[in-house]
Amino acid sequence: MTPIYLDHNATTPVDPEVIEAMLPYLGETFGNASSVHQFGRSAKVALERSREQIAAFINCEPSELTFTSGGTESDNLAVMGIGYANRERRNHLIVGAAEHHAVLESAEFLHHKEGFGLDLLPVDREGFSSTAALEKLVTDRTALVSVMLANNETGAIQDIPALARVAHHRGTLMHTDAVQAVGKVKVDVKELDVDLLSLTAHKIYGPKGIGALFVRQGIRVRPLLYGGSHEKKRRPGTENVAGAVGLAKALEVAGRRMHDDHETLRGLTNYFIDAVLSRIPDTVLNGPRENRLVQTANISFKGVQGEPVILSLDMENIAVASGSACTSGSTEPSHVLTAMGLAPEVALGAIRFSLGRSTTKEKLDHVLSVLGPIIERLRSMSPSRPSRV
Amino acid sequence: MSGGVDSSVAALLLKEEGYTVIGAHMKLWDYVDVGGDIHKDGRCCTIDSITDCRFVCDAIGAPFYVLNLSAEFRETVIENFVSEYRAGRTPNPCVRCNSEVKWDAFLKKADELGCEYIATGHYAFIERGEEGTYRIRKGVDQTRDQSYVLWGVSQDALKRTLMPLGRLLKSEVREIAARHGLRTATKPESREICFVADDDYRRFLSEYEAHRGRSFEPGDIVGEDGSVLGRHNGTAFYTIGQRKGLGVTSPRPLYVQRIDVGSNQVIVGEEDSLYRGELLAERINWTGKKPTADTFDAEVKIRYLHAPARARLVPLTAHSARVIFVEKQRAVTPGQSVVFYDGDVVLGGGLIANIP
Repeated sequence: MTPIYLDHNATTPVDPEVIEAMLPYLGETFGNASSVHQFGRSAKVALERSREQIAAFINCEPSELTFTSGGTESDNLAVMGIGYANRERRNHLIVGAAEHHAVLESAEFLHHKEGFGLDLLPVDREGFSSTAALEKLVTDRTALVSVMLANNETGAIQDIPALARVAHHRGTLMHTDAVQAVGKVKVDVKELDVDLLSLTAHKIYGPKGIGALFVRQGIRVRPLLYGGSHEKKRRPGTENVAGAVGLAKALEVAGRRMHDDHETLRGLTNYFIDAVLSRIPDTVLNGPRENRLVQTANISFKGVQGEPVILSLDMENIAVASGSACTSGSTEPSHVLTAMGLAPEVALGAIRFSLGRSTTKEKLDHVLSVLGPIIERLRSMSPSRPSRV
Repeated sequence: MSGGVDSSVAALLLKEEGYTVIGAHMKLWDYVDVGGDIHKDGRCCTIDSITDCRFVCDAIGAPFYVLNLSAEFRETVIENFVSEYRAGRTPNPCVRCNSEVKWDAFLKKADELGCEYIATGHYAFIERGEEGTYRIRKGVDQTRDQSYVLWGVSQDALKRTLMPLGRLLKSEVREIAARHGLRTATKPESREICFVADDDYRRFLSEYEAHRGRSFEPGDIVGEDGSVLGRHNGTAFYTIGQRKGLGVTSPRPLYVQRIDVGSNQVIVGEEDSLYRGELLAERINWTGKKPTADTFDAEVKIRYLHAPARARLVPLTAHSARVIFVEKQRAVTPGQSVVFYDGDVVLGGGLIANIP
């Protein structure tokens, strides 16, 4: 049995078309994009062409895009870059309670080490934040509101334009972490009405190690790195040209396939969710049924911890996750699920199935045939421990 | 798997015997919590050790998982380690960890994964004796024998435990690892307490307790006649038979004889007084079948590196016994394990009770 991969929210394989597009920039066109000679010029052209393609994809100007090493760096640069650039007038931050740790811990750093005020914007049972809650928190001192477009654990898609309106009313900037959303749903920075937006390549069949941060024209961001004039000094370091080409190509492929992938994955995921909820007793879907990334299914199996389920599925050649891969190994329940008000024991029993282009109904049927007995076996295990001396 | 050569080879041997093997590393503690030198080689529970496990499991074709048991370990083993020293005893944390954390947690995990057995890299044998009970025997490599720390493991646990290294010498284990190109083949050995990597338990006690806002009470070091000879900075920093670091001058060497927590005194005396003819063993676990005779002979180990001594055992209750040595033994230390053997078979073990 070939392994079945249901962890696409953690990462994805690089699309063959993307690999092909990148290869010349690992070989013959290897130049440093900042060099003046022909090697450098060829690399620079590829870099800027990629920037234009990505900008067009999210409807911004090429000059508003800064290449980074990925989602974590983009999020750090957004939160800390805006925080440091505005601290004289605005030293308060609001971030979603269910944000990725790249946002949460950046904000906590500014809070603990630099004296910023910090408020967490609560989420409801389904993972959504309300404009009313944000209105209560945002003040004239708030520098930034950061709320994820689509949640990595539950797939919940937030109403970013509505939240942005509340932030802008106070002159506060709006950032969204769109790492899980870009390439899966339409992402248009003007429709979203955001000032900053993070994206990455490896969640959408692109390479690891490349991402970008959109910063609307005219907004100052203090850099995190120093050492050159690359990326207009906003992010120095020799440009990852092959990565940028890969990101642009991954978005192009995703854009071309978006409608079809969306329809296919919606059907498959709904089939899977319905099958699990109807066939395995005491299971709940965490997060919303509507307004979510259609490829994500976060399901709690009551009375069972997530970890043994994941390991048992791994032994059956099926790859799933409990919450985010960035926090795996932790024995704490997911902060996303607890922020949604789930009891710790329900949160600890959560499994994230994230489907992708390789997923088929046959594979899901196989997973379903294996999953039921595993849950049954784990539930039948006596909770008492072996006798002690 | 600790990341050392022993558990690596244990996994390899079982794989070769045809078992489906799954590697697991128990993350038991963090240097942040226990202090010490994180850069010392060959230490368990570090990222480097976990990486070593990963490479070994990858090489032998076994899945590998890290199990986080640090909360259980801190509550059950480290807290007990500290309170035992505070109570004037000298604990064997490995014994407690084996019976109260490792086997329990490991078997639970085995059940979750549908595994029939758990395996370890201990130098000891487990075999089915008469009447269906399982018993522990010393490993072939007498210099590595670890049967001493296994007396507390229950029958239920022994029944499902494999120890493939019992029949091997350490040198053979290293040779097997080298032959298979396992990266742990030449890894240095660690024989101290895993969470006290620098082997300085006094440093550990001070830092761990200071971290929790708990201190130690200084008191007197007295002679056997009660005369005050010096000061100590906490009875927990002393152990029976200790000579160095007493800060007491005397024409003849003095040794810690007794620790009296009640009066907060460390009692010292000359070497002759360190020898005792008997001890009381409590919390006994009879590893195989329970003894039926009123009294019987056995060889007895009273610390990890102790040549077994002949003794007569007189069971008092199901879990306690008098141990009467043929020859007096030096530095009988409350809190240490006392393990009874018939040749190379472990009959049982217990803890040395406080000396009245």
